[in-house]
Amino acid sequence: MVSHAQSHRLESGGLIDRSAPLNFRFDGKTFAGFQGDTLASALIANGVKLVGRSFKYHRPRGILTSGSEEPNALVELRTGARREPNTKATTTELYDGLEAASQNRWPSLRHDLMAVNQLFSPIFVAGFYYKTFMWPAKFWEAIYEPAIRRAAGLGRAAGVADPDHYDKAWAYCDVLIAGSGPAGLGAALAAGRSGARVILCEEDFALGGRLLADGGTIDGMPAAEWISGTLAELATLPDVGIMSRTTLFGVYDGGTYGAIERVNDHLPSPPEHQVRQRLWRIVAKRCVVAAGAIERPIVFAGNDTPGVMMASAVRTYVARYAATPTRRIALFTNNEDGWRTVETALGAGLQIAAVVDARPDVSAAHRALAGKTGFPVLNGSVSGVDGGKDGVRKILVALAGGARAEVEADGLAVSGGWNPAVGLTSYHRGRPKWQDDISAFVPDGAPPGMVAAGAANGAFGLGACLRQGFAAGAAAAQSAGHNGNTGTPPVADDEAFLLTPLWHVAGKGKAFVDYQHDVTASDIELAQREGFESVEHLKRYTTLGMATDQGKTSNVAGLAIMAAVSGKSIPETGTTIYRPPYLPVAIGAFAGHHRDENFHATRLTPSHHWAAEQGAVFVDTGLWKRAQWYPRAGEKDWLESVTREVKAVRSGVGFCDVSTLGKIDVHGPDAGAFLDRVYINTFSNLAVGKARYGLMLREDGMVYDDGTTSRLAEDHYFLTTTTAKAGPVMQHLEFCRQVLFPELDVQLTSVSDQWAQFSVAGPSARALLKQLVEESEDLSNEGFPFMGARQVALRGGIRARLFRISFSGEMAFEISVPARFGNALVRNLMLAGKQFGATPYGTEALGVMRIEKGHVAGPELNGTTTAADLGLAKMMSTKKDFIGRVMAGREALAAADRQVVVGIKPTDKTRRLRSGAHVIPKGEIPGSANDQGYVTSVCFSPTLDQWIGLALVERGRERIGEIVHAHDPLRGESYDVELCNPVFYDPDGGRQRG
Amino acid sequence: MRIVCPFCGERELGEFTYLGDAKPARPAAGASEDDVFDYVYLRDNIAGAMSEHWYHAGGCRAWLKVTRNTLTHEISSVEPAAGVGAAKVGA
Repeated sequence: MVSHAQSHRLESGGLIDRSAPLNFRFDGKTFAGFQGDTLASALIANGVKLVGRSFKYHRPRGILTSGSEEPNALVELRTGARREPNTKATTTELYDGLEAASQNRWPSLRHDLMAVNQLFSPIFVAGFYYKTFMWPAKFWEAIYEPAIRRAAGLGRAAGVADPDHYDKAWAYCDVLIAGSGPAGLGAALAAGRSGARVILCEEDFALGGRLLADGGTIDGMPAAEWISGTLAELATLPDVGIMSRTTLFGVYDGGTYGAIERVNDHLPSPPEHQVRQRLWRIVAKRCVVAAGAIERPIVFAGNDTPGVMMASAVRTYVARYAATPTRRIALFTNNEDGWRTVETALGAGLQIAAVVDARPDVSAAHRALAGKTGFPVLNGSVSGVDGGKDGVRKILVALAGGARAEVEADGLAVSGGWNPAVGLTSYHRGRPKWQDDISAFVPDGAPPGMVAAGAANGAFGLGACLRQGFAAGAAAAQSAGHNGNTGTPPVADDEAFLLTPLWHVAGKGKAFVDYQHDVTASDIELAQREGFESVEHLKRYTTLGMATDQGKTSNVAGLAIMAAVSGKSIPETGTTIYRPPYLPVAIGAFAGHHRDENFHATRLTPSHHWAAEQGAVFVDTGLWKRAQWYPRAGEKDWLESVTREVKAVRSGVGFCDVSTLGKIDVHGPDAGAFLDRVYINTFSNLAVGKARYGLMLREDGMVYDDGTTSRLAEDHYFLTTTTAKAGPVMQHLEFCRQVLFPELDVQLTSVSDQWAQFSVAGPSARALLKQLVEESEDLSNEGFPFMGARQVALRGGIRARLFRISFSGEMAFEISVPARFGNALVRNLMLAGKQFGATPYGTEALGVMRIEKGHVAGPELNGTTTAADLGLAKMMSTKKDFIGRVMAGREALAAADRQVVVGIKPTDKTRRLRSGAHVIPKGEIPGSANDQGYVTSVCFSPTLDQWIGLALVERGRERIGEIVHAHDPLRGESYDVELCNPVFYDPDGGRQRG
Repeated sequence: MRIVCPFCGERELGEFTYLGDAKPARPAAGASEDDVFDYVYLRDNIAGAMSEHWYHAGGCRAWLKVTRNTLTHEISSVEPAAGVGAAKVGA
């Protein structure tokens, strides 16, 4: 690889490490740079001016700024799965082997065929899409939008999974500081000396802010020396943390801040076991925003020509990176600060072509400098640029007197003044206020505990930045309770700023306000003519400020132009609402480690590992993995396995892990009274040693949850919930206990994770369990009848809870052991069950057997059904108050024509049923007018050797025996089914009681 | 947002679950359908200080009565919702 010489690198100077040369590639060409460069500074050092094409018109664009406000120099960084679009060259740290590509051009950056769009530019004005692609309506999604997106848009996403890891972390401090310029370092000194816990975030990899480029004298020493002295002192303070490469991007309630740390973005890829970025949530008592200010462009024709650059950016490239964007530079300014660029340029040996100053009263010192050096000072404005993709050739100047002038130059530095970075201070709907002397918005209405200092607060002088920062840091520490001696504040002189506002210079050609979205001054004028005068309308109609840079260089100029054309003042025109994030933050950083299998927690049942050994197929049930069925060799599909499992239970014995059910211990003298209020049926009269099925309503009268609750002692009930509602029912019961019925003496303890519970079902269930319990335990029908519940002793001394309850319809038990014994229990059930042919069964077989028995479950307990709809009206006690009682009595909820649970079977016994099919009276045309309900649950019943189902059907229970039509438009199926008793199997319940 | 739980101290929003307006009181047994309807469905849409029920699900499982300004999210008071019941717990 042959690197090109760094043609635009100064011989000496700059904060780059010349002993560490780096190679990088841009659009396939190899270049060289140094450690300490950004991609932008390295491109400039190599004389590259053209770095991208614009969004809409595909105009050639160069580097405008040297910071995170950059609208133009966006590249695709890295390749393959790590390719990241719209990355700012100005903040991308150079590393060896860096690969970047320009965006939005075809076939190449220099010869972009889409630049033809410029010829049609008169029609691509604001609102063009709204006005043009109206007809026919259906063309929008199919044709217009895809075509527009191909032509416009920015970079391309990688299109494959991000291979890197992202982290999330919390931090806590007394004083959080955004920015490490003079104000930020001053604040850190004061707060740190007072003893406060301090965190300072700096988005750059180097600390110092504008001091790195503009230097100055602080406490009588050069800025660089002061910075290193200050950092050395901060390092000695006990609790001052400095986070570089970290951007504070958001402010949230209660003093919570969001920050993104680019941990390893400066390397080709993160070292092994390290994250790429880390998302910080920082909780701070106070926050000092010392985020500085952003220099603003002036809008004139051709202001987007490569080689036109912000004046401060020119200084940064020359002074910090020893890279010269131009050899013969002109300056266009309306303020004193812009002149500093002349000094920097002269110091680096650049030629000054001219200074165009919009102010009539240029100081004598500047005039003297111009005279001595030999460049003209023109009082007027730049009205146009002669140039193109190879850069600037000539500057056209409209002189104050009306005459015109031309200046030959290969670069133009522009300063329209500075806008304080008011983002962070405005994220709680604070509206920045206008400050006349700097013609800029300054923070107002900052969130509680936050204060701006220095340039972010409109104080642009170095001395003022240090004073404000130090004072803000001291005050923040003090109000956070730290009163230590803050020592003497750093001191420096204040430079003059002296600005005459200038936003827009009339001229021929496109004058850009928003570079990234190609919004011109005439777009804003058009928006005003068409009535989109409010700034919020202006923004949406023209897309001003809506690109990835969020209008950092364009918003204020845009609304100043709107103010001018609508005859209002800028403060009257106002600003749009500021919203976080301050910079784009990767979704991956917000996700952190919560992706793929770690998207949420996974809960494993106590028998999980055993089930996996058995080859179980698992299904996700909320967070749980549950065994769905246990396939055996030779079985051709799930149905065959499930059918075998059901038959094994009905003819012998099977067992199933039901530990996922919610389990709550209810203790206290008022436990029974409490349950009477939360269930529709009565539990206070339940005998000790008995279980009862219970149903809960919501206060609006709809069914909430069901489950079995047992009374283990006079003052101790054991309540179970469905798997899905385990958490919500606990929360609901706590609400009832703490808020609704605080007078009841009752306590609730969630024991869902404490007990492993298995259903043991089938005619041989008792014989199997006898192998596990102590011989003294009487499991006979008399000694342990249906709905019995009590503690039993297992062989080996483990105490278990045993319940004679049945979901399958067979003689069945549920047995609970402390969760740590669950694995041992399931292995013993398998071992002891061998002689009975005991078969593990999964959730599918469980579901089949509950449908055969007509038990309702999730599909029927769907939040819109009442107890009566489920056929459980008789459970509703009339002798007591309970949650939902009054609302359940509402006319419509008790109406005779409600859809109620009923069984269905196909008239053609060979037909498969599907849930979701609609029930239509036979002979009627399917449609919403004839819709009488739908099929909720279906299964193939091995016992009946046909498909069966449950459905919610209007007046269903009165229509047993009626043939209706099941209509399934989703699957294009239609067939007849017979409404029947939902209890398909053993309707009198003899088997479960036997 | 951060809530100062009277039992656990200052905790982050993610530990809490929001229920809603804490003002309506559940009518006593025997209340009319209209009264219960009001309790279940009718809510004031308050712009300003509002008393709300929050549940410290990720902490002590206490139901809290939180006074929050719906315009600024400023929280001016947090107390156990239970009143008498909570006093008993503390005793």
